[in-house]
Amino acid sequence: MLRRRIIPCLDVSGGRVVKGVEFVNLRDCGEPVDAALRYAEQGADEICWLNITAGDEAWHELLIQVQDAGTRIDVPLTVGGGVSDEPHVRDLLGAGADKVSINSAALDRPELVTECAERHGSQCIVVAIDARKGPDGTWEAVASGGRRPTGRDAVAWAVEAVERGAGELLVTSMDQDGTQSGYAIDLYARLLDAVDVPIIASGGASGPGDIADVLEAGVSAALAASIFHDAISTVEEVKDACRARNLPMR
Amino acid sequence: MPEVLIVDYGGGNVRSLTAALERCGARVSVSADPDAVAGAERLMVAGQGAAGAAMAALESAGLADALRDAARRHVPLLGVCVGMQVLFDRSEEDDCAGLGLLHGTVHRIHGAARLPHLGWNDVEPLQEHPLTRDLPSVAYFAHSYAVTSDIPSALAITRIDDATIASMVVRGSVAGAQFHPERSAESGRQLLTRFLAWEPA
Repeated sequence: MLRRRIIPCLDVSGGRVVKGVEFVNLRDCGEPVDAALRYAEQGADEICWLNITAGDEAWHELLIQVQDAGTRIDVPLTVGGGVSDEPHVRDLLGAGADKVSINSAALDRPELVTECAERHGSQCIVVAIDARKGPDGTWEAVASGGRRPTGRDAVAWAVEAVERGAGELLVTSMDQDGTQSGYAIDLYARLLDAVDVPIIASGGASGPGDIADVLEAGVSAALAASIFHDAISTVEEVKDACRARNLPMR
Repeated sequence: MPEVLIVDYGGGNVRSLTAALERCGARVSVSADPDAVAGAERLMVAGQGAAGAAMAALESAGLADALRDAARRHVPLLGVCVGMQVLFDRSEEDDCAGLGLLHGTVHRIHGAARLPHLGWNDVEPLQEHPLTRDLPSVAYFAHSYAVTSDIPSALAITRIDDATIASMVVRGSVAGAQFHPERSAESGRQLLTRFLAWEPA
């Protein structure tokens, strides 16, 4: 039986793991390759690495670090952040990423998803969507790390991204991110109905119970950062809590 | 120290597969040279991406014939993911011909609730074989196409909702794994270790 995945997320800036609340107030949480190895040893099913520094120099440094992480860990590695064209995807896959996530660039130019999926296969193209809930209860896709509203309905964008070849969606609720108030279950329920690719839920985990809740709602994987970086829970403790709810875990 | 050559046709994951084999104690070379393939004592075909592009790259570089020749000489060969799929007669993905070393056609998976099949799943042995000694185990998959479990070369199977695929295959000295041993933690190490020690009859 296909297992649900627990994915620790490393937000990497200036070569270091950082974590903020609702994408601001970043604080240092250590060295990313060490963190990736530590989480892999704890039983992480996959590692997500999000580069949050712009610029050519940061990109070069990212590739070097991904190469290092990719050869040292023995679980899958998903890398994203600042991926703006197909050569970026090629660079990251060549460096050792198993999947590449594309966010704002796909919203700006949806054809990019098609190009990357045709060239590299859907199984390695993740479209990341940051969503914010409006007063009417619908979710809007926001770009540029949450700073740029797009007016695009997040569920409609998810459907288009999948039609264009996205093999997986990594969907972050901006309202929940870093707040430890639980995942946005209503958002994931809508997405699960709308698309038939795996969905990774992100944003809002305060502990193992929240992660079990969102996996029970039907997502394939749950991503979390703070609870692991702050040692609130280990990956294994999260998995135990999920097993106790009869969720299939590795 | 066992030696293995990874056939480099421009596909992905060569770097992570090299590292995984080195962790298992292998001396690894990576080459796109058909002559090097012809002289190798153990071969792997990595895989990431689409079958059509992989086959076109293998054929244009002369690697396809070098691999067919190696199979005739019973050199141990392991294909991984798309590298396993190209061992078959045909793939429905891109409707392309494969190497023809294993019989059957690679189809899009039917019966899975969600595709791609992404994540960790059981690998259950169908028969005793030096490559399946550590099974059952749980390994990492990332694909939408596969061979069904009823093909003659099926060595192990994996269930995805209502679909059952062959997740390991073998015929003579030619073997394949649909999962990614380089990303399957201990399960992957076990398969690679078995492959490095494998002496096909």
